[in-house]
Amino acid sequence: MADKRVKNPKGVKLDHISKIYQDPKTGKDFYAVHDVTLDIAPGSFVTLLGPSGCGKTTTLRMIAGFESPDEGEIYLGGEPINALTPNKRDTAMVFQSYALFPHYNVFDNVAYGLRLRKVPKDEIKQRVTDILALVELSGMEQRMTNQLSGGQQQRVALARALVVEPGVLLFDEPLSNLDAKLRVQMRTEIRRIQQTLGITAIYVTHDQSEAMSISDQIILMKSGVIAQMGSPTEIYYHPVSEFVADFIGECNFLKGQAASSAYGQTVVQLPTGQVAVETEKAYAPGADCEIVVRPEAIQIADEGMLPCKVELSCFMGSYQNYHVRVGDTLVKITDNCPVNKKIFAVGDSAFISFDPACAHLL
Amino acid sequence: MAKGQSAQLDRKKLMADPVMMTTIVLLIVFLSLFILYPLAILLVDSVYSQGTGLTLQFFRESFSKYTFIRAITNTLKVGFLVGILSAAVGLLFAYVEVYVKVKTKFMAGLFKVVSMLPVVSPPFVLSLSMIMLFGKAGIITRHLLGIYDNNVYGFWGITIVQTMTFFPVCYMMFRGLLKNIDPSMEEAARDMGASRFKVFTSVTLPLLLPGIGNAFLVTFIESIADFANPMIIGGSYDTLATTIYLQITGAYDKNGACAMAVVLLAITMLMFAVQKYYLERKTAATLTGKASRARMLIEDKSVTVPLTVFCSLVALFVILMYVCVPFGALFKTWGRDFTLTTKWFEQVFTRYKGLKAFQDSFMLSLIAAPITALLSMIISYLVVKRKFKAKGFIEFVSMLAMAVPGTVLGIGYIRGFAGGVFHSGFLQGIYGTGVILVIVFVVRSLPTGTRSGISALRQIDKSIEESAYDMGAGSLKVFTSVTLPLIKDSFLSGLVTAFVRSITAISAIILLVTPSYLLITVQINEFAEKGSYGIACAFATILIAITYGSVLLMNLIIKFFGTSRKIKEAE
Repeated sequence: MADKRVKNPKGVKLDHISKIYQDPKTGKDFYAVHDVTLDIAPGSFVTLLGPSGCGKTTTLRMIAGFESPDEGEIYLGGEPINALTPNKRDTAMVFQSYALFPHYNVFDNVAYGLRLRKVPKDEIKQRVTDILALVELSGMEQRMTNQLSGGQQQRVALARALVVEPGVLLFDEPLSNLDAKLRVQMRTEIRRIQQTLGITAIYVTHDQSEAMSISDQIILMKSGVIAQMGSPTEIYYHPVSEFVADFIGECNFLKGQAASSAYGQTVVQLPTGQVAVETEKAYAPGADCEIVVRPEAIQIADEGMLPCKVELSCFMGSYQNYHVRVGDTLVKITDNCPVNKKIFAVGDSAFISFDPACAHLL
Repeated sequence: MAKGQSAQLDRKKLMADPVMMTTIVLLIVFLSLFILYPLAILLVDSVYSQGTGLTLQFFRESFSKYTFIRAITNTLKVGFLVGILSAAVGLLFAYVEVYVKVKTKFMAGLFKVVSMLPVVSPPFVLSLSMIMLFGKAGIITRHLLGIYDNNVYGFWGITIVQTMTFFPVCYMMFRGLLKNIDPSMEEAARDMGASRFKVFTSVTLPLLLPGIGNAFLVTFIESIADFANPMIIGGSYDTLATTIYLQITGAYDKNGACAMAVVLLAITMLMFAVQKYYLERKTAATLTGKASRARMLIEDKSVTVPLTVFCSLVALFVILMYVCVPFGALFKTWGRDFTLTTKWFEQVFTRYKGLKAFQDSFMLSLIAAPITALLSMIISYLVVKRKFKAKGFIEFVSMLAMAVPGTVLGIGYIRGFAGGVFHSGFLQGIYGTGVILVIVFVVRSLPTGTRSGISALRQIDKSIEESAYDMGAGSLKVFTSVTLPLIKDSFLSGLVTAFVRSITAISAIILLVTPSYLLITVQINEFAEKGSYGIACAFATILIAITYGSVLLMNLIIKFFGTSRKIKEAE
């Protein structure tokens, strides 16, 4: 096959979308999704990330058409689609439970969408064969779906959605039923296939490492609103809030006041000393601020910027895990490759330090 | 916060789906016209007539009649006792099956027969055999014990026969519940020092309590709605169902019958409301989840022997009663001349138009069964898988039919359709024809079918249908290509259940049937009432054979053609 790329990857636009649900206990209405505005470019891979109940699945189901928004309009390839039923929308969804048809074999499962579109028989056979090759399931056509492993079922579900060449591919936590190792393998695979086909993909997950490894853009949601939107590196290194910083990986927060701000650096006064952090904007002296720094960005040594007391020291193989007390604050440190380094024991006094470029100020 | 837009969009999406839209509209019309309307007209007729205008006169008259008051107390007395007895016997059976080690083939067979009986049991059968075994000419009373004047008719006759009829239903309910109790809970109690009896009273029984209430009320409703048994074995002991029947067929007092029907309906509705909205939920709340592993069965002989003996005796007694019927048709004169003869069977066909009766019953039930099965699957699909405004209404009304006694429905149809809808002449054409009989069959079997359809569909992950829908299949295509194949077994058994229920139906039908249709059940009733037990038994034997044959056929079909077979095999 020369060019496998899909012909019509479509962009998706959400224009001030809200969805209101009723709390079954109190009977009160609340926003499950509130004023979400998004613009997803054709061919890109976007992940809706967030804790359970943040509205990510509701948003996805609104795009698929299973739910109707209470405010705003959804566009697919520039066309408003609010009033279209799911079967009239150019979307295909991969479900959390795979949702394979148990009464069909693999071939019939994958061919289902093509048969609905009245594609000629020969072409169906060709396209199903091609797509099964792409997901590495050649030769499994006649198997019943419950004779397959979880990973294989997942591939059938993916093939079934891909074969109709939808304008946008929707994933609803597709890997959450797989074991950890297979999950990592499948997400690489999904990314590879998406890149090969150049298809637009919207992916829902609560797993931040999955989101980081797979996406062009991450949309982090909390309580129905977008907390932050950006590339994985932006979100990781420049979180806009404590919630974002904490949700994406482990994070330390150090509260203090700005002492001086110049040349793209702000010096922060902490109760136990002063540290410099790279910042884009200037902070007025005395302004409250919070340093955000990842555990792997902190060094622990006999000398450094801030004194600390070791409260936990734990060997994890590839790194040494420390909890240290800096003033009143607990700071977590992962010290990579501890083989030739000094290992601090519980009760030891030490110093921590970090590169101004590796920290971030809120 | 305005929820307006989503409602509006959902409406637009529904409009864009003409199949779904038409189905919903047709369902609403059908349910309103054939379930709600007949009940509404009863209410109207019980407080209004052209001569008197709006009045409570008919209720006053009814309640001033000693016979009516007695019928109410009779009905409630029987219902109460039957409810308790059926729940007790049912619980005992279920307990023995789930908790006690009785793994002989013989016992397993007995239990299987008992669980099959309610499905294939035509009405009258137990009453007939009760009379033949214990009546004045009864084999046991007269020939074995030499009692010549035993009176089986009345309170005890009805109570015993109804208990025998309804306890298998309780047994099946309890079996499901007991299997859901996690054995580790009881083991924990044992471990802390409770005796087996203490475990039963302090753990098992409290967990089952809502379920027991549920079984009691379900039986209570069935008992007070039962028409066939009190008719045959009640003698002068009238219940509400028989009183209403006599009021309209004997006294031609339409408004009076309506008032009485409203009273009976009010009682069953009240029970139904408590059962459905309180107990059923409580049962589900206390007993969810699955047993984590197999239960250590009780092997202690002092427990197993008495329980096993009791259950075997009850089961054998029930089986004896069924066996009695074919013999009733084979003996020359029951109680006097025990030479074998085929004359009753011959007379069924030569003298009593048996062939026509079987043809009519068969035809009408055969038409009603697929309609019922399809309708109940469509309703279940809509209720479980789709959301739309009228969903609550559709679910409520189709379940409501369960609480409406056949006699009440029958009166409602007479009042509602004899002069056309609202006495306007509209649809008057269907009254007295086979059409209305088929509709009654459908309405009477709809709740059972819908209930089993709903539970079958709840087992299926919603996203399977969503996935088909998302891939471009319209509502009809989703239903035919995904839903129906997945619940094919449930559909087939719904088909047979509807057929069996229709061909054995009597209570509403007896009020609506016209001389142009001969129905088997109506014939049995007629001959049993006259005391021609030979003929009645011959009719009943053939009916049992038909129902039993249909169930066997269904099991065979499911075994060889069920979809689930392919799926199950792979597992």
